[in-house]
Amino acid sequence: MSRLLIENGSVIDNGYTGLGQRIAQRVVAMHAEQCPVDFALSMVRLCSAQSCGKCTPCRVGLFQAAQLMEYILAGAGEEEDLERLRQVAQTMLDASDCAIGFEAGRMLLAALDSFAADFQAHVQHDRCDVKHFAYVPCQAECPAHVDIPGYLSLIAAGRNADALRVIRNDNPLPTVCGYVCEHPCELSCRRAMVDSPVNICGLKRFAADNAEAHTPQPNQPSTGKKVAIIGGGPAGLSAAYYLQLMGHACTIFDVRPKLGGMVRYGIPDYRLPQDKLDEDINFILATGVEARTGVAVDAEQFAALMKEYDAAYVSIGAHTHKSLGIEGENARGVLSAVEFLRAAGEGAPVDLTGKRVVIVGGGNVAMDCTRTAKRLGAASVECVYRRRIADMTALQEEIDEALAEGCQITQLQAPVRIEVDEQDQVTALITQPQLIGEVKRGRPAPVPADLPEQRIPADVVLVAIGQAIVTEPFEFLIPTARGKFVARDDGSVEPVSLMHEGCLVFAGGDAVSGPATVIKAVAAGKVAAANIDEGLGFAHNVFDEVELPEPAPTLPATGRVELTSRTFAEAAQDFDIAKLGMTAQAALQESNRCLHCDHHGFGAVCGRVMFKW
Amino acid sequence: MVSLTINGTAVQVAEGTTILDAARQLGIYIPTLCYFEDLNAVGACRVCCVEVEGSERLEAACNTPVREGMVVLTNSPKAQAARRTNAELIASTHTFDCVSCHRNGTCVLQKVLDYCGVDGAKVAFDALAPSPRRREWPAAAPIQRDAAKCVQCGRCVAACGKLQGIGVWRFRGTGAHSRIAVDQDKPMFAEGCIACGQCITHCPVGALSERDDLARMMEAIRNPEVTTVVQIAPATRTAWASVFGAETGQLSVERMAACLKQLGVDYVFDTSFSADLTIMEEGTELLNIVKTGETDKLPLFTSCCPGWVNHAVNLGPQVAGHLSTAKSPMQMFGSLVKTWWAQKMGLDPAHIFSVALMPCTAKKNECKVPGMQANEGIYDMDASLTTREFARMVKAAGLNPLALEDVPLDNPLGTATGAGVIFGITGGVMEAALRSAYYFMTGEKPDPDGFVFEPAGEGRPWTEATFDLAGTPVRCAVVHSLAKADQLIAAWQAGEVDYDFVEVMACPGGCAGGGGQPIDGSDRECAAERGAVLRTLDQTAYPLRFSHENPVIETVYAEFYGQPCSEVSERYLHVHERQQPFAPVS
Repeated sequence: MSRLLIENGSVIDNGYTGLGQRIAQRVVAMHAEQCPVDFALSMVRLCSAQSCGKCTPCRVGLFQAAQLMEYILAGAGEEEDLERLRQVAQTMLDASDCAIGFEAGRMLLAALDSFAADFQAHVQHDRCDVKHFAYVPCQAECPAHVDIPGYLSLIAAGRNADALRVIRNDNPLPTVCGYVCEHPCELSCRRAMVDSPVNICGLKRFAADNAEAHTPQPNQPSTGKKVAIIGGGPAGLSAAYYLQLMGHACTIFDVRPKLGGMVRYGIPDYRLPQDKLDEDINFILATGVEARTGVAVDAEQFAALMKEYDAAYVSIGAHTHKSLGIEGENARGVLSAVEFLRAAGEGAPVDLTGKRVVIVGGGNVAMDCTRTAKRLGAASVECVYRRRIADMTALQEEIDEALAEGCQITQLQAPVRIEVDEQDQVTALITQPQLIGEVKRGRPAPVPADLPEQRIPADVVLVAIGQAIVTEPFEFLIPTARGKFVARDDGSVEPVSLMHEGCLVFAGGDAVSGPATVIKAVAAGKVAAANIDEGLGFAHNVFDEVELPEPAPTLPATGRVELTSRTFAEAAQDFDIAKLGMTAQAALQESNRCLHCDHHGFGAVCGRVMFKW
Repeated sequence: MVSLTINGTAVQVAEGTTILDAARQLGIYIPTLCYFEDLNAVGACRVCCVEVEGSERLEAACNTPVREGMVVLTNSPKAQAARRTNAELIASTHTFDCVSCHRNGTCVLQKVLDYCGVDGAKVAFDALAPSPRRREWPAAAPIQRDAAKCVQCGRCVAACGKLQGIGVWRFRGTGAHSRIAVDQDKPMFAEGCIACGQCITHCPVGALSERDDLARMMEAIRNPEVTTVVQIAPATRTAWASVFGAETGQLSVERMAACLKQLGVDYVFDTSFSADLTIMEEGTELLNIVKTGETDKLPLFTSCCPGWVNHAVNLGPQVAGHLSTAKSPMQMFGSLVKTWWAQKMGLDPAHIFSVALMPCTAKKNECKVPGMQANEGIYDMDASLTTREFARMVKAAGLNPLALEDVPLDNPLGTATGAGVIFGITGGVMEAALRSAYYFMTGEKPDPDGFVFEPAGEGRPWTEATFDLAGTPVRCAVVHSLAKADQLIAAWQAGEVDYDFVEVMACPGGCAGGGGQPIDGSDRECAAERGAVLRTLDQTAYPLRFSHENPVIETVYAEFYGQPCSEVSERYLHVHERQQPFAPVS
């Protein structure tokens, strides 16, 4: 008789594992526009199915909560039912014995709070008032609402230039986004319910890399209106492109020698080669947009511009740094990430040959600095972060590649001071080890660990803890709050003085949102263009209608094509693009993984383009 | 061309053809419920799912284009099982009131369930019925709805949104609790409903219907103190036959009169008569504008169609201000009956029950539009019944129209011309007006078939033509279905087109395709076929083809109105301020 047995998973165990994963994928791919009450009910039912049945609040409470929600959904709910529901949830949270119960209570309470309006609509009017339009989830999730299934069908048909035409209807930076977009679209891709999201970003890069030469659509007749765009980053470029197509004469003013803003001077070449950026910029300039680079617009000039132009769009980005606020911060060898990356972008990088480099921060900019430092010949590169690697806001991919290229990431070390020698030259970063602590506002907060300070030797310290906006020259007109410009949802600003002299004033991009993604800046520029056009008294439509092929039947469960990289050892030596694009074979397969939510499901009812602007 | 086989038979069809159309070419029946030709191919009901060799999952025949070499099995065990289950699931959401349902016999769900061998009343699933609150509906609304019969096919959504460009009906909510409803459950009119009834004629089941006014009609017939007068609109005569199993157009307007007389109606007249009257008034209005050079009043839009008039009023004074001031033929008739005719007959207008048989649901509402009163406190029209209501009335009385003899319409208001009859087709009002206008301007009778319209070009879904009326070019356009009318208006407002006279009909094909016409349970429009009947009548059945030649028209002007657009006719036959047709929404 055996005393112990090796436990091989039963059929049921395996079923749980497989289905559990697929439920998780489904939930991730779910777009937040389903009926919230229905969703909350299914959440409660799932919790109930997890209950062991020992304790009252969880065993009976979850069941009764579900019953109450069924009534509410059936149109038979009353105001008291909502109170009762809340009391049951509170009791589950307060009086359950284990997490199955008390966390279910906490979730239900959160649902009752977040979805209060919809619970009310159901109880009072027997209807769901959620406006749901995410029938093509990727398109809905994309800040610029690019017609993704549309251009994927064109890529599958080998019509790459037409694919770019479709993208440019909503995003005039298809090449840039093919390389560096954070692709929120992929998060909600329905394909995740089958296997994994379509590699939308990689396909866009394929289209951009392989498109035949083409030119912009002709501009609409000149309106005689002039628009000044201050800042030639993605927001400014996007606004200029659409406004120029509409027939307004646009001039971009930019302080740097070349256009592109943070995309050029913040994103390293190994992620986005500058000649790729130039492809998009040249396309935009081909519409006739005028660029005046090397021009710093100060308050006086801004005032003068507003006399000369009919509208002004301020999209100056976030090009200054935030400081650590610790001793030694101004020492020689301490550089801000913005300065450091800009120098590299301008082709005059800091010489790091043989230097020990320490980077402070945990975001994508920190990763850019880390990997750039490696390429500049540093003897050692170490990124220091006060939380855990798991808490870093940088894309996982960036972290993985930095590590693969031989950089080090040291977690749970909070900078305390910078040690200098008698020449005020950095010698080391002194840190206080941290212990990861309680979750606060959704993220675990670090607390000082019961360990002695550490000394991390360094010749150069790069500070990448965030960027700030130089709002000062514009503050006589544009309101600010917390270091950012304040603009309405339509991009317009409410001037704080009368000095705009009738000029329409709009603002957008990082300068309004704070440091964000390229695609968000593009969306801001597009919104501003539409509303500036409107404000100038027009209703131009610059939509370029592209005939789409009938999509091929979707592929059965098929692995997602990931972009491959050059060997890390090789890639870390130079600034050439690190990731290799898809082959035509891979692009054909990957584009045919698209489920074409524009043809199936509710997309069949509402049609292809829902975001015509 | 694409080659494929369906159920073992090889077929070649044009690229882009759906599996459904390819199967139909072979005479193979695939059940459909949500599908409607050129309007709704959304693959929602899934009863048209068929097996395609090599595909793991079934494909919807209605919206899947054929592919080269495709091997389709419409009746494989897998397809049959799925189709049957889908039919049962749909049945579980539908209330089976078949015996009392106005769609009994033309219900598409009945046909699908029958084909799939499902007894709707004995479905093995629990009923998924809307709550009582969701079934509530205002009894006075001209469009009636029973949410418990809705199968969520989306055909009403498409009809209202795509044909009419209005979008009163919307998909609301998600999942099992989703439904078709007016946004926020507002009254339909608050969302721009013009009561055209296209949602009714496109509904595959009995979820949508017109308000039934038969009880009031029968009460009037039974009341010995009340004289009932019925006018019959042109388009009704083209369609009613289908209800009784006869060919389109086989049963004449005289047979309708026979039925009405059997029912006890006192007088039966023809709305085509007042269509002639409309031509006199509207044509004169147009010529007066052209002659006096008041070009800012142009284009003049026709005002016969109450659905269109409602829409124009909704669009605001910039559009409504261009409507002809002439009342619709129905309202002109109503006014004439309770003035000149009542006097002539020695009847008290208060004791006349004036009814119209119309291919239209918007007419129900038009009867009660403020100001439609020749006598103070008395509406000119007492009721407007749809062609469907008329047929129901005939059936309920146990009449067999096929076995009755024709009965001539009453004099004098039963006298019509071919010009009046073609009011029931798109372009007919325009053509009738041009026939007489040409005569008024030149003193010569034109070829009545000589007014030919051409498509207006790419992106302009209407027809147009310019006619020379004694040296004055008159630029005309004809458009039907309001989504297209909206395009014409947009082009006009953008200065891209310019017309003098524009005929607009809300329903596709004009009144022949009206929202009050019989429903045949098919999934395609039948306006063209029905309209053709009116064309033939104009060309063969009426010796007079010019409105101004109608002898009774001459009489009513001599005895009552004096001249077209005279002070008297302006008072009785025109509306100078178009009012909101629907009571303010509370």
